[in-house]
Amino acid sequence: MEHDQFKFIFKMAAVQGGMVDAKDELDIKSEPPSDGFGNSNANDGRLLSSSPGAGTGGTATGNNKPAPGPPEEQQTLLAVLQFLKKSKLAESAEILRREAGLPEDALDPKGTDASGSGPGLAAGSGQVDGVDASSLLSRVTVSSSAAAQAPKKAGEDQPDVSVVLSAYSQQGDPSLYDAYYSGLKRFIESVLDCHRAELSQLFYPLFVHMYLELVYNNNESVAKAFFEKFSGDQECYYEQDLRILSSLTKKEHMKGNETLLDFRTSKFVLRISRDSYQLLKRHLQERQNNQIWNIIQEHLYIDIFDGMPRSKSQIDAMSGSLAGEARREANKAKVFYGLLKEPEIELPLDDEDEEAENEEGKPKKKKPKKDSMGSKSKKQDPNAPLQTRIPLPELKDSDKLDKIMYMKESTKRIRLGSDNLPSICFYTFLNAYQGLTAVDVTDDSSLIAGGFADSTVRVWSVTPKKLRKVKSAADLNLIDKESDDVLERIMDEKTASELKILYGHSGPVYGISFSPDRNYLLSSSEDGTIRLWSLQTFTCLVGYKGHNYPVWDTQFSPYGYYFVSGGHDRVARLWATDHYQPLRIFAGHLADITCTRFHPNSNYVATGSSDRTIRLWDVLNGNCVRIFTGHKGPIHALAFSPNGKFLASGATDGRVLLWDIGHGLMVGELKGHTDTIYSLRFSRDGEILASGSMDNTVRLWDAMKAFDDLETDDFTAATGHIHLQDNSQELLLGTYMTKSTPVLHLHFTRRNLLLAAGAYNP
Amino acid sequence: LSGSVTMAADREERRFAEVSRDSVKLMAESAGLELGDEVAALLAEDVCYRLREAAQSSAQFMRHAKRKKLTVDDFNKALRWSNVEAICGYGAQDAMLFRSVKEGELFFVEDRDINLIELALATNIPKGCAETMVRGMFTLLSSVVAPCSVPAAVQSLSDDLLKYYQQITRAILGEDPHLMKVKSVSHDLEQLNRLLHMVKSLVQNPYLYLGSYVRSLVSSVMYCILEPLAASINPLNDHWTLRDYAALLLSHIFWTHGDLVSGLYRQILLSLQKVLSDPVRPLCSHYGAVVGLHALGWKAVERVLFPHLPAYWANLQAVLDDYSVSNAQVKADGHKVYGAILVAVERLLKMKALSLPQPAEGCSSSQPGCLAGPMGYRVSSPGLSPPPEPLAEAGLGIASHLQAGGAGCQWEEWSPVPLPAMYSELYSFFGDSLAVRFSTEQSFGGFSPCTPSHFRETRKEPLGHVSNPDTTRKMPQLTANLNISPRQDGSPRTDPPPPSLAATGSVRSLARSSMQRSRASSSRSGQRSIGLSRDVFPKARFTSPHSGPPTFSFVIGGRQMGRRCQGRRPFQTIFVPTPPPPVVLPRVYTHKLPVIGRVCKPLRRWTRSHYSLHLPL
Repeated sequence: MEHDQFKFIFKMAAVQGGMVDAKDELDIKSEPPSDGFGNSNANDGRLLSSSPGAGTGGTATGNNKPAPGPPEEQQTLLAVLQFLKKSKLAESAEILRREAGLPEDALDPKGTDASGSGPGLAAGSGQVDGVDASSLLSRVTVSSSAAAQAPKKAGEDQPDVSVVLSAYSQQGDPSLYDAYYSGLKRFIESVLDCHRAELSQLFYPLFVHMYLELVYNNNESVAKAFFEKFSGDQECYYEQDLRILSSLTKKEHMKGNETLLDFRTSKFVLRISRDSYQLLKRHLQERQNNQIWNIIQEHLYIDIFDGMPRSKSQIDAMSGSLAGEARREANKAKVFYGLLKEPEIELPLDDEDEEAENEEGKPKKKKPKKDSMGSKSKKQDPNAPLQTRIPLPELKDSDKLDKIMYMKESTKRIRLGSDNLPSICFYTFLNAYQGLTAVDVTDDSSLIAGGFADSTVRVWSVTPKKLRKVKSAADLNLIDKESDDVLERIMDEKTASELKILYGHSGPVYGISFSPDRNYLLSSSEDGTIRLWSLQTFTCLVGYKGHNYPVWDTQFSPYGYYFVSGGHDRVARLWATDHYQPLRIFAGHLADITCTRFHPNSNYVATGSSDRTIRLWDVLNGNCVRIFTGHKGPIHALAFSPNGKFLASGATDGRVLLWDIGHGLMVGELKGHTDTIYSLRFSRDGEILASGSMDNTVRLWDAMKAFDDLETDDFTAATGHIHLQDNSQELLLGTYMTKSTPVLHLHFTRRNLLLAAGAYNP
Repeated sequence: LSGSVTMAADREERRFAEVSRDSVKLMAESAGLELGDEVAALLAEDVCYRLREAAQSSAQFMRHAKRKKLTVDDFNKALRWSNVEAICGYGAQDAMLFRSVKEGELFFVEDRDINLIELALATNIPKGCAETMVRGMFTLLSSVVAPCSVPAAVQSLSDDLLKYYQQITRAILGEDPHLMKVKSVSHDLEQLNRLLHMVKSLVQNPYLYLGSYVRSLVSSVMYCILEPLAASINPLNDHWTLRDYAALLLSHIFWTHGDLVSGLYRQILLSLQKVLSDPVRPLCSHYGAVVGLHALGWKAVERVLFPHLPAYWANLQAVLDDYSVSNAQVKADGHKVYGAILVAVERLLKMKALSLPQPAEGCSSSQPGCLAGPMGYRVSSPGLSPPPEPLAEAGLGIASHLQAGGAGCQWEEWSPVPLPAMYSELYSFFGDSLAVRFSTEQSFGGFSPCTPSHFRETRKEPLGHVSNPDTTRKMPQLTANLNISPRQDGSPRTDPPPPSLAATGSVRSLARSSMQRSRASSSRSGQRSIGLSRDVFPKARFTSPHSGPPTFSFVIGGRQMGRRCQGRRPFQTIFVPTPPPPVVLPRVYTHKLPVIGRVCKPLRRWTRSHYSLHLPL
């Protein structure tokens, strides 16, 4: 009866499409756990790759070597065999079976079952049949298509999840959970102070897993009591997760809950010193507290280090993410954070003379600057990637012209500092009833674009130069192509206007980015597509489909051609404008990717996520080279310092964190904002960091000081332990209120004037 | 099982919204299904969970839309992405009305029927929303960077105020003159008026921190009050109204923003005083000074106007007594000033009397209205007194006529004049017209008996000026203005209860003050015998204890008396019982109520202390 009821609930609960059959679920979840402390279950041949990364790793397993090697492959073969049989391809099946050296009865349901059902099989899986293999088959097909489509949603990775969940099926006495937990709590509270802070990290993951175990085993009331009793002990920054957790009281709810999946599919990482760990281990062994020990073994990853235990503040600074801290080895890879060599472009001399006339002091200043530029470009930065590490588009003539413009402008750049703050010009979007969701400004500050909730993209010219379309093909034929001003002639004067509206999306536009050459505009939308627009014709050129869920952000590479996008499907994708499929898929985040940024040298991509981590990805090989934890809320803003060394991130917790990319360390915390930070930007020379927030303020921070004070000794670099001093107030240079206008975008012009933008929100 | 569910629901309802089992059953019934309790309970719980899940995922759409408010649209998106049909019809931006029907325990969102035909055939097609646009403005102008192209006068305005300023000037003046340059438009009363209204709205804008700009504002308002505007050359121009309004505005600014600028009060007073003491200035300036003082409160009148009155009076008298044709215009102006002074001193006396502790005792318990008057006044008196400020505060860079004001002449030596002395002095100037306006007699607490003789003596002075008693003379018309009282200090309660005039009934000819006094004294004695009460300004003359509600009407008309007039009391006071006056105080600035030739015009009873005077000749 209970069983039937479940089926009923399954069907009712299937709000997220693509649920696998209830029967499959029952079978798979009954699998024994893959490993475990003191677990004597023989995992014969049925060992599914239950490592958390398998589902999201996105590695294609297309090549099935016909050798009965590791159990996974055998499973795969079985699945293929099953498929062939199903498809009535008996001959092929037979050939395969023979080549693989599988026994005759490999596909015999009973045989499979016998090999699969170990002694640890939980109750409730009475009826077993051949679907086992077919469910495997679904796994195989899923993973083979993973290259193109990250498996993530309900049906696709459900089997995986069930495997993980199944670990809960072995359970102790539910009534003892309370005692287990409070026993551990007593123990941790009684240990020496230096260990207490470290061991306290255990509370949250243990609490969550124990609660889920209780829920999974249908001990609803016990689970609730457990939650009531111990949820108050958890760190306040887990409040959001705890709320989600508390809404979850039924086993069947666990299936579709993404947050839970995140928690399950990854091991919670704790960093604990060896001494503390020994202490804990001894305690648990003395007490025979297997329940907790099992959880620690199965669901936690304890990163043990030698040395002094960390203090509470050190731990708090780094924790808060969905899956604990980053493992130390995750941040060990070398990152080439240096800048690429700029191509040498001769500045026209007559302009320099003009400058000299303008101001007496100018030429003197200019000379050394020019020299330094020259010397910089000659000497290769040891931290810079090879120029050809990533193929970059060649400079066009127009790009060179733009570079010259840029250099000219930068000579007029104002040197900012703590005593010389930038002027701020605020662009207010008026009458934006439809809802402004994204803003971008071109590098030369001539255009501003807004993405709106009504699916439109609007482009304004903020200079007197109006926006014009290129003439139609017929009219273009009439133009004298040899004339000098052909570029001017191709423009249709009749279409000149201050504003152009781009229609095409079918959902709110959440991300928007101009190409560096101002010829293109990218927009990412809730409809799951990214569109490339031409700013010559003001039409849509390409719709990039790949994310099947809302795309939260997109950005062009600083060299153009490439762009990155990230969305609700938890993967970031690297695209090239001339490919309709992504070049790279960066998978690893445990929740939505909320913002994406290119490193100034275009070799790396940073992504911020709702899982409260920031990851840095190598464009070359798609590896995750850095994981930064420490934010206590979804990250909504990222900014690289102009020298490529540092990264700033802002989140819903209202804090800005500064990161040293080379060492993989947090180097600063800027507190002051009271609401989500939606925009961050370094000044052109990196002296000032500007942050804009939902709390209607723009704040300026002394970035120079924040980074100068830094002393990263070898110890810190080696252990990753950081000592942050609380100097936010010293670093805060100014707070500037807007008139009830959230600051959605910040931009430093080439002369270091700060532009801010947002929609008036009456 | 069901028991545990309800228990769980009980515990959970604090944290989450719940859909009850009954609701599920109802829904099932409406879909034609019969559900068991158990199923309904399970379903209800699942529905709750799904709702919470959808709410959680809708929050992320809100975050990415950079909003703080979760909309139905966000929720629909969350539903759509979890393959659930979106809910339609709730997309409106405004909050939805959630109603309940008590009898049926039914709760629903109000959904009005919309007549589509009407909508389709409607002639007034609503205009679309304004075009979305981007406007840039400076939030921070760094001193080093700032490429200041803004006019110097408003440079310091900075930021978005600059924008605001430009909008205002464009809207009001059509062109772009500087805010403080009133002079450039002094020929155009209309513009000045608009300017004043602008100042008023500036002052009233609670979101604007005027700060040091109060000075500039005050100086421009003062300009309107005091300067002999080019427009006042033409007698047809009603610059009086402008001055009145400006005076009101001045007091308004002062009361609301006076604390922002230290020494403002003193500076204003000084400049008013300077104007007043300058005989060369035209009468309209003097008028402005008087109404300005009046608007600033009786204390200002007492401090500035009263000490100056003797000196000023002679000048005014001279003007008024010059009957040459060429002087007609000036004389008319003179009458205006006269009236203004009269009103000012009247309130001065009244307020002073009320503010003395004495009247409270003198006010008998038999007259509750009288009691309420002083009480009410005392409540509001703190607001009337100028905000505390150091007198030593030097006048800072304010407009010229504020700065140059008086150089502290007599300022420090000023000491309050006792009420009786003041009254007697004033009486010497105004004679009975003063007394009449109080509808009172000169019995001041304990000292009244001696005054009449004193009065008679002092009054001889003006008597001598009346050269030709038979000359037909146009009398100043008192017109009442229902002004916006700056701080509601003229609320009905603060006034002494209006005397009921039923007792006197007839039109009183006040040709001879002595006659009046004698009559007054007789009635006073009568009152004493009846009420045994003594007030500062006893209403005995007119009081009839049984005359019903205190309604009255009085008109001061400038009618030529048949008899010889003496002194400056040519007013005819008519008191007639009228129906109760309207209670609502119109807060509009109405213009002169025409009263010439009309007798029974009802007046708002509490406007007396605030009306300004016009001479629409």
